[in-house]
Amino acid sequence: MTTLANKIQDVFNEPGCGKNQGKSEKERKKGCTKQLAPGAAAGGCAFDGAKIALQPITDVAHLVHGPIACEGNSWDNRGAKSSDSSLYRTGFTTDIGENDVVFGGEKRLFKSIKEIVDKYDPPAVFVYQTCVPAMTGDDIEAVCKAAAAKFNKPVVPVISPGFVGPKNLGNKLAGEAILDYVIGTMEPEYTTPYDINIIGEYNLAGELWQVKPLLDELGIRILACISGDAKYREVASSHRARAAMMVCSKAMINVARKMEERYGIPFFEGSFYGIGDMSDSLREISRLLIERGAPQELMARTEAVIAREEVRAWERIAPYTARLTGKRVLLITGGVKSWSVVAALQEAGMEIAGTSVKKSTKEDKERIKELMGQDAHMIDDMTPREMYKMLKEARADIMLSGGRSQFVALKAKMPWLDINQERHHAYAGYEGMVELVAEIDKALSNPVWAQVRLPAPWEETSWEERATKAIEAEAASLAADPEKAEAHRRARKICSCRDVSLGAIEDAIASKNLDSVAAVGAELGAGTGCGGCQEKIAAILGEKAGAGAIPASIAA
Amino acid sequence: MALVTQSKKACTVNPLKMSQPIGGALAFMGVAGCMPVLHGSQGCTSFGLVLFVRHFREAIPLQTTAMNEVATILGGLDNIEQSILNIVKRANPQVIGICSTGVTETKGDDVDGYLKLFRKRHPELADLGIVYVSTPDFKDAFQDGFAKAVTKLVEEFVPRYETPPQKAPQKVNVLAGCHLTPGDIDELRDVIECFGLQPIFLPDLSGSLDGHIPEDFTPTTLGGVSRADIGEMGKAGWTLAIGEQMRDAAVALEARAGVPFALFDRLTGLAANDAFVSFLSKISGRPAPLKLRRQRGQLVDAMLDGHFHFGAKRIAIGAEPDLLWSVGSFLREMGAEIVAAVTTTSSPLLAKFPSNEVLIGDLEDLEQRAGDADLLITHAHGRQAAERLGAPLYRLGLPTFDRLGAAHEVTVGYRGSRNLIFAIGNIFIAQAHEPNPESWRQTFASDGHTDLTTPGPQLVQIEPVA
Repeated sequence: MTTLANKIQDVFNEPGCGKNQGKSEKERKKGCTKQLAPGAAAGGCAFDGAKIALQPITDVAHLVHGPIACEGNSWDNRGAKSSDSSLYRTGFTTDIGENDVVFGGEKRLFKSIKEIVDKYDPPAVFVYQTCVPAMTGDDIEAVCKAAAAKFNKPVVPVISPGFVGPKNLGNKLAGEAILDYVIGTMEPEYTTPYDINIIGEYNLAGELWQVKPLLDELGIRILACISGDAKYREVASSHRARAAMMVCSKAMINVARKMEERYGIPFFEGSFYGIGDMSDSLREISRLLIERGAPQELMARTEAVIAREEVRAWERIAPYTARLTGKRVLLITGGVKSWSVVAALQEAGMEIAGTSVKKSTKEDKERIKELMGQDAHMIDDMTPREMYKMLKEARADIMLSGGRSQFVALKAKMPWLDINQERHHAYAGYEGMVELVAEIDKALSNPVWAQVRLPAPWEETSWEERATKAIEAEAASLAADPEKAEAHRRARKICSCRDVSLGAIEDAIASKNLDSVAAVGAELGAGTGCGGCQEKIAAILGEKAGAGAIPASIAA
Repeated sequence: MALVTQSKKACTVNPLKMSQPIGGALAFMGVAGCMPVLHGSQGCTSFGLVLFVRHFREAIPLQTTAMNEVATILGGLDNIEQSILNIVKRANPQVIGICSTGVTETKGDDVDGYLKLFRKRHPELADLGIVYVSTPDFKDAFQDGFAKAVTKLVEEFVPRYETPPQKAPQKVNVLAGCHLTPGDIDELRDVIECFGLQPIFLPDLSGSLDGHIPEDFTPTTLGGVSRADIGEMGKAGWTLAIGEQMRDAAVALEARAGVPFALFDRLTGLAANDAFVSFLSKISGRPAPLKLRRQRGQLVDAMLDGHFHFGAKRIAIGAEPDLLWSVGSFLREMGAEIVAAVTTTSSPLLAKFPSNEVLIGDLEDLEQRAGDADLLITHAHGRQAAERLGAPLYRLGLPTFDRLGAAHEVTVGYRGSRNLIFAIGNIFIAQAHEPNPESWRQTFASDGHTDLTTPGPQLVQIEPVA
């Protein structure tokens, strides 16, 4: 097995991941990523994920070894902010050509590193592997090792070619790279009992700076943020922190867990989004620091700051709450922030019309259910048309999502707010929540909506009206014809990976007396792909058990 | 809805306003073979001339009756007569447009009387069109002078019909206010012609001040609407008056020849253009062509893409009433807040303007009211205020002497509205502030909360590193 394959297996074996622990040995081998469906996939690759995770280290030269596509098409497009160096925003790539593909690109890579060292003299060079050199067999690790020795400078190979998987996997592979080559290689000038690491925070739009002043006020030092606004030295000496907070769901859980394992740094998983979550995170930070020997009085001061900040935030949100109460929000985002944003919006009086769980882990889904109770209307892989239908039926007043799905909302002429990584506004901490509420208010109250919803003078019916009519006609035809309605219901796809419909599962349960998810899987294959539909299969089994073996519609 | 107020200051500081006579002169510049003349001292003309030259970057035909001290006291009959004869000799225009000035109005020259006398004395010049408009400098503003000159052109050249003449339904008159650039007029012509209609613009700056290189040297205007075409305006099916300022001219045309008119107080923005396009479709009996449908779609998309950058932005605008109304209303529709609006002269639109106040005042007033505005919009003289305020300036209106292409700025139609979103939205994007580590650090003295910072040194314990 190659090193990369080992690495990926290792990442998949992540014991810190709750979801992973629930899997069988066989399933675990398959990995934690959904099989990407050709023709129906959207989202970044592992290289993208690795770059996202590490690029916020500001004083490092990030060199992408690959053809121009990988860096040329994507450079300087992320909003991670720096308080000092801007070297991380300089696009470095080997831009390999045909010759490099045929004869190998190692020499070009080595020369590139030399040029960077000569011209920019960064504290370290990170070299990102991409698909093509991975295929031609360039030995990136050997080149980095040689370059590091020659230039007497850390040269870190980040092995995450795009084809190995999606962004989330890339995040973890990036974590592995810094665990192997960076963390623990330098020592801090001094340490304090108040030193923490923040892992998985990228300082997008400057969000770390919405939180840092409060930590400063408490005398808590961020020894290293991995990786927002970080310097190489900080990451390299982060193994001396007393405690760590892991932000951003599971993206860098391997870093947090392995640092606990190797250096005894305990961590908790928290969020800076939402007033309650922010307060909990501050408490947890203090609690862990006190456990590790910081004076007990830290907690009292933390509580005082929390009390003051919560009052201040509410004071500033209050003027908006009246206007926002009852407004319904459709939240389409990666798992990363779903649950934390849900809490935050509810604090401002808004209702959640629905939330996507596309990239959420099972645990994320549970948290959303916990927060939203019975109203949880999670939308798994919503198609643009469904999103439109939902918006159109005024079940949502505004959509919050990442940049790519914005156009569904905008074409449906619905207010929209960017909450993913390309966003320009910072929403972390108490400050950020006030900003988020202000932004939502701004979007909802913009008079542009009244304008753009005007029908064109030559239009007898708008496309919205036509779409609505088509939706109504479909509903009416189903209501008029029970057989058709039943066929429609049975045709609903449950397992996308194995293409199994609800009807097929129901029939199999009825005819073969199946009584477990595993049995259904063995019979039909359903739930044996990514595993994402197992909950649904369990629900179908539950329903059948309650209603008797024969579906009511067939019995009648 | 705005409260319309008049500045109470005795001293105007950094004027926004320009004078009536040069407004009148600009209207005459949109008539073919015309020589505008300011009846005043030669300085009146030379200041106007320099202003137009700097704005349009073109040779500007503008003459003067060169009133000297004696003529000013005794009356300008001779100067009017001599200037017309000289202009005829040197430039041979088809039309001479005369605007009075502060000097000659203060004295009280009866120019209408002078011209009657002149006609009697010079029957050989019976074919020469002479239009006189009273535009004292000490009253009203540029826009008013322009509007009055257009009304006078109608009264002078459109025959009065006892019974309305046979109409040519495909012909439409377009009375184009001074807030329209030559580029705007080209855009409107394009839109109107889409419906198979034949527009006659009065005045038509697109022919004269669009910056083309003329075939040969002409001391008069290089193009524009001909006197003959103005004479035919009574036979058009409709008059489209663009800008509230064109109402009087439209009414005059209706009174003389029974041409009904529709007034479009602005053509910047989606609903405004929808109304315009619907109207054209109605009078032409033709559906909106695909080209316009696509342009509308592009505008809607630009509004959606742009609104993120306009929402809650604070904008201060100084412009003449029709321009203020057109652009300001649209910016409000895009979500911006008009925090200061200053204009030059009264208009029925001002009270309806979407800001708390519209002040008839100057750029000092605008600067004082602009406060923490994100953007200043006014003509090029706003540059000093913008610099002091540390806000970007979007140059709008006349004069724009420190940028190229002022004549080709287009803010009307679906396309012009779309371009305006891009131009102003890009300024906002360029201005977006970069956060830094101190951006969100609080000073608690200001909001009554307590700073809980514990003094630093006792917290930092240096420990030996293992």
